[in-house]
Amino acid sequence: MKLLLHPAAKPVVFALCLLPFAWLTWGAFANTLGANPAEHLIRATGDWTLRFLCIVLAVSPLRVMAGWPALARFRRMLGVFCWFYGALHLLCYAWFDMGLDVPDIAADIAKRPFILVGFLGLVLLTLLAATSFNRAIKAMGARRWQALHKAVYLVAGLGILHFFWMRSGKNDFAEVAVYAAILGVLLGWRLWRRFSPAAATRRASAPARPRARG
Amino acid sequence: LPGARSAVAGAVTMEKLTSYEDASSYNNFYEFGTDKADPARNAHTLKTDPWSVEIEGLVKKPGKYALEDLLKLSAQEERIYRMRCVEGWSMVIPWVGYSLSALIQKVEPQPGAKYVEFLTLADPKTMPFVGSRVLSWPYAEGLRMDEAMHPLTLLSFGMYGEVLPKQNGAPVRLVVPWKYGFKNAKSIVKIRFVDKEPATAWNKAAANEYGFYSNVNPNVDHPRWSQATERRIGEDGLFAKKRKTLLFNGYEAQVGQLYAGMDLKKNY
Repeated sequence: MKLLLHPAAKPVVFALCLLPFAWLTWGAFANTLGANPAEHLIRATGDWTLRFLCIVLAVSPLRVMAGWPALARFRRMLGVFCWFYGALHLLCYAWFDMGLDVPDIAADIAKRPFILVGFLGLVLLTLLAATSFNRAIKAMGARRWQALHKAVYLVAGLGILHFFWMRSGKNDFAEVAVYAAILGVLLGWRLWRRFSPAAATRRASAPARPRARG
Repeated sequence: LPGARSAVAGAVTMEKLTSYEDASSYNNFYEFGTDKADPARNAHTLKTDPWSVEIEGLVKKPGKYALEDLLKLSAQEERIYRMRCVEGWSMVIPWVGYSLSALIQKVEPQPGAKYVEFLTLADPKTMPFVGSRVLSWPYAEGLRMDEAMHPLTLLSFGMYGEVLPKQNGAPVRLVVPWKYGFKNAKSIVKIRFVDKEPATAWNKAAANEYGFYSNVNPNVDHPRWSQATERRIGEDGLFAKKRKTLLFNGYEAQVGQLYAGMDLKKNY
């Protein structure tokens, strides 16, 4: 997989990550988002946040299983895009649904558990995005930084709960189940690696490995 | 399907009509899928001819009524109603039909009939999502007898001067303009007169979210969102403030007395 190391690889992935945003922006102006564009934008940005969460959590398993160490170079960018779509999701809700009325928004978040859960997830995700650059890692120390960034698993749980609650009134869990299954497999893989006998031998033979295992 | 202008009080709002395109492509009709674009895509399989509606229960003249006879039972009128969906959006739609009371009078309910139950088609061969666990099938709705007899309660066969598109509940549906849209049973095959409040599809699915009455009410929130405002499809732009929702969807003058003395927070 030499392509992953090509100088153009990062800009290409960056552009790919922006495609959903470009598509939605174009749709909003060209009026191709259906009868209720506000609802479409709120839902689509939420969907893309979950998708990027799945993608970023798939980096480490793929890197190990396929033996593509170069994949790790893309993890930070994918994580920041996950935050970007999450922030857009909040902005769309705040603007199109709530007219940017801050007291109303605060009351709505406090009153409705499914919004509160989504909001907490985004607050956490914002912390991770804000500490994603090299200087932050140095300032915090690798160990503490890693501990903080384990919160991505909490973000995944909150995101699924948010989506589940949102759909629960309609008993419509098919899509929720797909995301939950993907995230479950990605988290399960990590647990299995951590607690399997092979992991014990790995740890014993390389006790001081400083690199993030993700 | 032509309809004469209705003389019923409140039956013709002067507001701007929602485009036919939007009204026939943004639908909740779960038998054809849960996405609002699904019904327009999938409903072409629905067979609306032949069609009949079975009238049964506490009624003196039960039986199967053919669609042709129902169409001629009373003069077709055009009614321009606001429609407010429980999800927080609204439309203005010119329906064609006549007051349900005309049919009810014709079949002569017995004195013990206190409620009217509406059952809709649930044919897995033509409706791909019948059988999904989202709702129990067939889709059931109900009204109290005085609500069913109210002149604004419409038995509708058409919209925008044409017969109903399949995704909008062809060939015959209910329109109760002061209630949330899901009360408007589509593709009706059975009307049953009963003495007890009938179970309704959404109430069975989530009783804390969808009550039997489901009158449009800005003061009673849905557990997951506010009902104080709404977005008028095709008219309220992306950045426009949403418009205020009116009690009984603006039909309070006509229907308010039906609920005199009732606690609308309890009977949501």
